[in-house]
Amino acid sequence: MNITQILFWFLSVVAIFSALMVITSKNPVYSVLWLIVTFFSISGHYILLNAQFLAIVNIIVYAGAIMVLFLFVIMLMNLNNETEPQKHRWLKMAGAVAGGCLLLVMVAALKDTDIKNQQAMVNEGTIGLIKNLGKELFTTYVVPFEISSILFLSAMVGAVVIGKKE
Amino acid sequence: MEKKNDMPINYYIFLSIALFSIGIVGVLTRRNAIIIFMCVELMLNAVNLMLVAFSKMHYKAALLAGDVNGTAGTDGQLFVFFIMVVAAAEVTVGLAIIVMMYRNIHSVDVNFLNRLKH
Repeated sequence: MNITQILFWFLSVVAIFSALMVITSKNPVYSVLWLIVTFFSISGHYILLNAQFLAIVNIIVYAGAIMVLFLFVIMLMNLNNETEPQKHRWLKMAGAVAGGCLLLVMVAALKDTDIKNQQAMVNEGTIGLIKNLGKELFTTYVVPFEISSILFLSAMVGAVVIGKKE
Repeated sequence: MEKKNDMPINYYIFLSIALFSIGIVGVLTRRNAIIIFMCVELMLNAVNLMLVAFSKMHYKAALLAGDVNGTAGTDGQLFVFFIMVVAAAEVTVGLAIIVMMYRNIHSVDVNFLNRLKH
């Protein structure tokens, strides 16, 4: 077992454990903090796959901007253990069984596919670096890139219009 | 190309399925609208991880086929980039809606919103 495999298993365990803590924490603030841990471990996976641009973007955009927004809204509403609405015990169990069934079906369907002998290249390969991604983004994908700026503009206007007091 | 540096794609598939299922369980078992929204983000991230792993899988397949300085698999990583862009736009609008809802009914409980009127 070399260092790459050790890191893979460590990051996987951290990701799944913190994802479970997100949905089991009673306090919404703890949920947000555990979700940040999940995003950092997913970024670790990106670095392991040598997708360094996406790893940094994931940390800056998700763990940095989006999660701060969530934390800000939760603290603005002053949510905590007492105000947290709880579903009935049987409904929770039904939800867990439904999700478990999905997990079971997907794993059973995909464990014997043709793809199982394929390998994902770890630690090397230059396609995840900024040089290659930037070249591709500003040549082949330049139209979607510009359209996404319009999407951002409309999202910004939409957020302001929705949030405005009338 | 030594074999020890590569991970089987199956492991990434199963990890992504696990994270996605955890997100679904969260959506089904919580009543707080913000937590439900966070679980949707978790599902998006599971899909992103899968796309990056597949992109590196295709890159390796292209290398083994003799395409030495090719860029096979770049599309997958750019898709992840665009998913992140859309997710960021989605979060701004979604959180604005949740704040608006809190201002009207003083709660983020989705059970109060099952009638589309008050």
